[in-house]
Amino acid sequence: MVKKVIVEATINGDPVELLCEPRQSLLEVLRDELELTGSKEGCLTGDCGACTVIVDSRPVCSCLMLGVEAAGKNITTVEGLATGATLHVLQQKFLEHASLQCGICTPGFLMSAKSLLDHNPTPTEADIRYALAGNLCRCTGYDKIVKAVIDAAKHVADGVGTTHHGKVPRKSASEATRDMLGKGEEVK
Amino acid sequence: MAASTNGHDYKVIGTRPIRHDGVDKVTGRAKYGADYSFPGMLFGKVLRSPHAHALIKSIKVDKARALPGVKAVVTSADLPELADKMEAAGEQAINLAHLSANILARGKALYDGHAIAAVAATSSHIAEEALRLIEVEYELLPPVMSVEDAMKPGAPVLLPTLRNKEDGPDKETNVAAHMQFKRGDVAEGFKAADFVVEREFKTAMVHQGYIEPHNAVGIYSADGHATIYCSTQGTFVVRSLCSAVLGIAEGKIKVVPAEIGGGFGGKTTVYLEPLSVLLSKITGHPVKLVMTRGEVLRATGPTSGSTIRCKMGATKDGKLVAAQCWLAYEAGAYPGSPVGAGAMTIVTPYNIPNILIDAYDVVVNRPKTAAYRAPGATNAAMASETVVDELAEKCGIDPLEFRLKNASAEGTPQTVGPPFKRIGFVETVEAIKNSPHYKSKLTGPNRGRGVASGFWFNVGLQSSATVNIHTDGTVSVVTGSVDIGGTRAAQAMIAAEVLGADINDVRPIVADTDSIGHTDVTGGSRTAFATGWAVYDAAQDALRQLKERVAKTWEKKPEEVAFANGLFSPVSGNGVKPMTLKQLAPRLARTGGPIVGRATVNARGVGPAFATTLVDVEVDPDTGKVKILRVTVAQDVGKAIHPAYVEGQMQGGTAQGIGWALNEEYFYDEKGVLRNTGLLDYRMPTCLDLPEMETIMVEVPTPGHPLGIRGVGEVPIVPPPAAVANAIYRATGVRMLELPMSPPRLMKAMLKKRAAGDSQAAAAD
Amino acid sequence: MHAINYESPKTIAEAVKLLAAHGEKARPLSGGTDLIIQLRAGTRRPEFVVDVKQIPELHRISFSLQHGLHLGAAVSCIELHENADMRRYYPGLTEAAHLIGSLQIQSRASVGGNLCNGSPAGDATPALIALGAKARVVGPNGERIVPVETFITGPGRTVLQPGELLVEFLIDAPAKHSSDAYLRFIPRNEMDIAVVGVGGALTLDLDDDRVVDARIALGAVGPTPIFAAEASKSLIGKKFDAAAIENAARLATSVATPIDDMRGTAEYRRHIVGVLTSRVLTIAAERARHNEQR
Ligand SMILES: Cc1cc2nc3c(=O)[nH]c(=O)nc-3n(C[C@H](O)[C@H](O)[C@H](O)COP(=O)(O)OP(=O)(O)OC[C@H]3O[C@@H](n4cnc5c(N)ncnc54)[C@H](O)[C@@H]3O)c2cc1C
Ligand code: FES
Ligand code: FES
Repeated sequence: MVKKVIVEATINGDPVELLCEPRQSLLEVLRDELELTGSKEGCLTGDCGACTVIVDSRPVCSCLMLGVEAAGKNITTVEGLATGATLHVLQQKFLEHASLQCGICTPGFLMSAKSLLDHNPTPTEADIRYALAGNLCRCTGYDKIVKAVIDAAKHVADGVGTTHHGKVPRKSASEATRDMLGKGEEVK
Repeated sequence: MAASTNGHDYKVIGTRPIRHDGVDKVTGRAKYGADYSFPGMLFGKVLRSPHAHALIKSIKVDKARALPGVKAVVTSADLPELADKMEAAGEQAINLAHLSANILARGKALYDGHAIAAVAATSSHIAEEALRLIEVEYELLPPVMSVEDAMKPGAPVLLPTLRNKEDGPDKETNVAAHMQFKRGDVAEGFKAADFVVEREFKTAMVHQGYIEPHNAVGIYSADGHATIYCSTQGTFVVRSLCSAVLGIAEGKIKVVPAEIGGGFGGKTTVYLEPLSVLLSKITGHPVKLVMTRGEVLRATGPTSGSTIRCKMGATKDGKLVAAQCWLAYEAGAYPGSPVGAGAMTIVTPYNIPNILIDAYDVVVNRPKTAAYRAPGATNAAMASETVVDELAEKCGIDPLEFRLKNASAEGTPQTVGPPFKRIGFVETVEAIKNSPHYKSKLTGPNRGRGVASGFWFNVGLQSSATVNIHTDGTVSVVTGSVDIGGTRAAQAMIAAEVLGADINDVRPIVADTDSIGHTDVTGGSRTAFATGWAVYDAAQDALRQLKERVAKTWEKKPEEVAFANGLFSPVSGNGVKPMTLKQLAPRLARTGGPIVGRATVNARGVGPAFATTLVDVEVDPDTGKVKILRVTVAQDVGKAIHPAYVEGQMQGGTAQGIGWALNEEYFYDEKGVLRNTGLLDYRMPTCLDLPEMETIMVEVPTPGHPLGIRGVGEVPIVPPPAAVANAIYRATGVRMLELPMSPPRLMKAMLKKRAAGDSQAAAAD
Repeated sequence: MHAINYESPKTIAEAVKLLAAHGEKARPLSGGTDLIIQLRAGTRRPEFVVDVKQIPELHRISFSLQHGLHLGAAVSCIELHENADMRRYYPGLTEAAHLIGSLQIQSRASVGGNLCNGSPAGDATPALIALGAKARVVGPNGERIVPVETFITGPGRTVLQPGELLVEFLIDAPAKHSSDAYLRFIPRNEMDIAVVGVGGALTLDLDDDRVVDARIALGAVGPTPIFAAEASKSLIGKKFDAAAIENAARLATSVATPIDDMRGTAEYRRHIVGVLTSRVLTIAAERARHNEQR
């Protein structure tokens, strides 16, 4: 008979204790046991990056890690990216740059990008593209994703930091337009 | 960059507000199909055929059923047997026997991955283990993998009842249909030509590659009603197809649209949805099924591989005078490839007096194809746009000029249907000619620049919308169009524009099948066009009613109330104070009650779409690997409601086209088993494989549409393969006639050319 | 997935005991980037998964010019790449590890796992062979040292016996004017398994630009990674010039026995062996010239 295992970990800052079947992946544990369904399943073979979470400051495909291996680890998922009701600068920039179409890849990209900016706050475009190469997006052609990360990095470099407390929800049409068109041209 | 030819002065349309569903999607809160769970929910898994072509002699499920935790095992014996003929299922005509047999194989497995049985259990792991306990006895038949093999006399037949008109009622065949399209006299046309180019092309089967696998949660309740949560492009299609396959009345099925992680045409039919309901009916529990990536690749609907012969003739001065094409597309295991669309698009961008096109829909032991972004057109354009490039070269004319000389425009006959109304093909070519990219010089060895154009019909179809005015003056817009790429925002913007409302005061909602009138799929580039039209009409309906209320308040006639810039004011000013929607809304209760605007459309007069794509490549002469250096796409977008999402469609379509061009392909072994069942070996572009994507939106409004909207989603995928092929030619001197133009293929072609060059040089010595 | 038991021993002895006790039914787990996929696909069905990542020896990178390198089998590719000694003294092996999968994969994948998985296409293996790396294996009957070029015995098969654990790699410190390089060919720019991989290590005598030592290894062109002995030997004592490179590339190509598959045709792969061998030797030589250590 297979033993279930008690796993204690820190998830999005909170201590969590759970009973895991060893065959369950971390992704399964997050989604099915903890109802953290923000991490997505696109392949279960490490190819798409939709399940990316940060484990002890490293980006990891949660589909290729067993839940039991999470014992003692510090894990951040997309649900832990914002600070309260305030979005992370990356989330904000993804919205402003229209970096998501269907949005299924978005949580994974956000986590890979966060990991990049945590390790390297002043990445070049080449650094960004390399860091995001383990995340597939089929909708966007990556252009607007890369631009959002470039823009977010600029904010981080300007000292606004990853704790940027931008007011998130929708701006007025004219405000948003001014912002977007201005930046759009600048980036182009 | 938007070159507006649409004189309106819009307040909201054309701006770039943050999408309404955005925050939920960047915080992980948005619920996609696989994210739903319900108390007592079971997990389903599907057993699939490991063989490409086999008789199913027996299926033994006892051992699987006996595994603790397993609650049900079903096979096609648990589905009603349906008539083997075309029948209406909702709005489409479809062979229901084929549809049903694709969901669970009946008697025969027709491709590697064909569903044989399904299990529901208390965990997905137990369901998977149960699959291993199902015993299936197969009798293997020879697989038929290519259209050439399938069309050979004496080829093994996939569907014993399949017939086509030409061969008559007695002849077994794999050719499901032959279509022919004709204009003028091609023989005469070719006589008039100074240059004729004839080439044969092959394109590989490719998948849409959406990142979210198919999923469904079915809940059958004791009163005979079923509810399905799933990620689909069309909730009403799911309802009608499930009704047909399961024999449950449509009115007893409700389909709730989950958020959808990409579709590109591939999520316009059903695979798991009927199984979720069937398993739920047997077990009495909600049942969730989610495909693995391997299942998605093996057993959902990729688009056809094809063989295309294309012959075109032009006069010395670069006028196209004749085109003759032969197209055969893989339908997959059941009829229904997009070869008709391929035939109807292949030469349509050009005004050619003489054409003859033959098109064949051919069944092969591959998964039944489904729509993929401008289905059929990309294969066709690979052929025709390469031949056009070669003819332009023979005529000594710049390829863009050559296109301008022959471009279809208002009044040009289409291959099928009435002559074009106002279209923007010429404008896309001009836009590329004027682009910074085209004006830049491409220098360096092994580099080349190529161009190609593409055409897609777009569709209209049916949509419903309601616009609710709330007491605080905010507005909710309800449609049945699933939002795959930002269409909620577009619908809200249209309502906001009409009602003079702030975009933040409009909430767009995608409703389930019980809560909104019939709405066709999010596909065919129709959502902004047709659902947008319904929203426009519904908002106008609400506005008309609002004016009536204002009139009532002012004791005037409705015609005496004007509305502009968000203000209701008297047509001729006499004393009353103008009013905003926010001021009016709280008074609705006292002036006659709530206001709901509503509209339905069966949209006609759809505006076809054109795109022209310019690509620079660099080829590694030692390995045949192609690097995309720069790409610009110019597209006629009619009227861009939310330009950022229009650009997104152009960029995404271009990226898929480049993937199709370079590395994506279904790779079957000699037994007909798919070898690349994962995304490591089904090679879609990563962000390191693509450059920045430059977009030029050309706005030529669709005549007749209140906002001039033209579908934008599909056409950008059409030009890239030919554009890349043409660029490779300029870089290497090699004409690639086969997709994908993967490193081994290109290297082989380059080595062959070098060897030929060497032997010529040797002969000259 | 079938049901499994999970253990995470803290010492080599404990791990070996567990592995030996369960024999064929047990399997070590390092980064899991191969194993978890195989468990899910049902191609490996061990009942016991023994996580080796808690064992300190398997996590160590220790380098000195006197003693060379001890590289723990479970060191993740990312840690390897972040290590300054690795980047400086073993650039080829480091770039091979840095090519494995995405950053997400490299956060977990180990060089030990890459070798023990037994794939002919693993990127680290040819780089290890080029460096003359040896594997230190501990099992119920004690310890043995296995040259990496003999470690893999067939696709998915290795010399490891049930109960045995790969502990670390032992690699000599590079001699003066020596260095290594690794290149692979893939159709995309990331996230692909090698169509061909070539590792090369060279030691030069700069006085007359002669090759003192050379090792060339090939991946993905046979049932196991291949040490191209003839090609390597052909360089030794020769002047390092275009003719020598071309000759070595030709000899390397002649030992490749590739097959046609979805990753490339046999013909194409042979062609690429030649191309990559030339490129790898050129890079390794350039690095060797600048290596003034010792
Ligand atoms: C998306 C993706 C991309 C990839 N790309 C590449 C690539 O580009 N190049 C490449 O070479 N590989 C690639 N791989 C394969 C894989 O990542 C590598 O082979 C990796 O190095 C395996 O290491 P691991 O630590 O994850 O091994 P594991 O999966 O943990 O183990 C692999 C095998 O080795 C055994 N094993 C592990 N450690 C030991 C030990 N200490 N002693 C004895 N046996 C042991 C295990 O039992 C198992 O059989 C990719 C994988 C994925 C999922
Ligand atoms: S689901 Fe984990 S990488 Fe795709
Ligand atoms: S937005 Fe759809 S996959 Fe990236």
